[in-house]
Amino acid sequence: MQNTAAGAPPEGTNLLWFGRGMRKILSLPAFILMSAFVGFAGFARESGIEFAHAVFMTAVIWALPAQVVLIAAIGAGMTIVPTFVAVTLSSVRLMPMVTALVPDLRAEKTRTLTLIFLSHFVAVTSWVMANQYIGQVPRRFRTAFFGGFAVTLTTMNICVVAVIYELSTGIPAPVLGVLFFLTPIYFLTSLWATARDHVVKIAMVTGLLLGPIFHLLAPDFDLLLAGIVGGVAAFFIGRRFPAGGKTAGQ
Amino acid sequence: MSYSSIDAGWWPFVYILVAGWFATDFWRYAGVLLGRRLSETSQAFVFVRAVATALVAAVISRLILFPSGSLAETALLLRLSAAVIGFIAFLLAGQRIAVGIGVALLVLVAGMLSGF
Repeated sequence: MQNTAAGAPPEGTNLLWFGRGMRKILSLPAFILMSAFVGFAGFARESGIEFAHAVFMTAVIWALPAQVVLIAAIGAGMTIVPTFVAVTLSSVRLMPMVTALVPDLRAEKTRTLTLIFLSHFVAVTSWVMANQYIGQVPRRFRTAFFGGFAVTLTTMNICVVAVIYELSTGIPAPVLGVLFFLTPIYFLTSLWATARDHVVKIAMVTGLLLGPIFHLLAPDFDLLLAGIVGGVAAFFIGRRFPAGGKTAGQ
Repeated sequence: MSYSSIDAGWWPFVYILVAGWFATDFWRYAGVLLGRRLSETSQAFVFVRAVATALVAAVISRLILFPSGSLAETALLLRLSAAVIGFIAFLLAGQRIAVGIGVALLVLVAGMLSGF
């Protein structure tokens, strides 16, 4: 990270960094996410969700698991309150993700309202992408950069849902399956490659191992439990055994 | 009041806003309010990042071990081997993400084609 000396104007403008962020949608992770939304559009259509509703929920929710839970609840004829509870539970994970991202995003003068606005665009893929790219961006342009790619990513996938729903293209199921598989592999490799210290890597290992265990024990709370227990464990293991000799990421 | 119980064009949108948008963005906004007070060098930040990372890692496990849709029809062992081999290739290639994804994909497709 370069902090420019007093007097020397930092490189670029908000617009420039917004544009650089936008360019990130021509990237592997953006492509992978789009293929996931291709799958979602097919799923929504098959579940009898109307076109406008499928597009609308993509825009206002912007979290695939929550959208899938919502559609399942609609299909089951659930009333609004239990549906709200189910979706709420599937979305708790967004809170620690946003909390961990905000100190990276904000500069001294960043307004809370700006962060609130941008937080809507945080989902797992944009979170992983932010971890990957944000360190290369001068601090005062980070919100512009994040807005550039995250807002564009959301807009793009709203269009993907609209187009695929309308076309109802017969993408063969095995192809969709293969495309779905790209998502976890991208998360796995990208998180590992961008881990800035060993606590993050330990947390990855604990989360990977505890996820399936809690999935079998408490399927409704698996992510939350794996996050909390795995995160606490990683934090204390990391303190107990500081990264001796190992260099901390980038 | 279910999704289809009120026969009005606006109702599904209200349903989606309340049970979808509010249920999700509530957590994002709470995350901002908490994160705003967090210093990047504090232990609390390290802690929250560990929780967020473990959570995303659990998402990864779930997507590989308990996928939905047509991926669920492939063998568990195949998906697991593809992920492990892909990750090893990623490490060997100096942590190049594209290599990891490419190799995992190759293993999965080869396995699917040979009837696993």
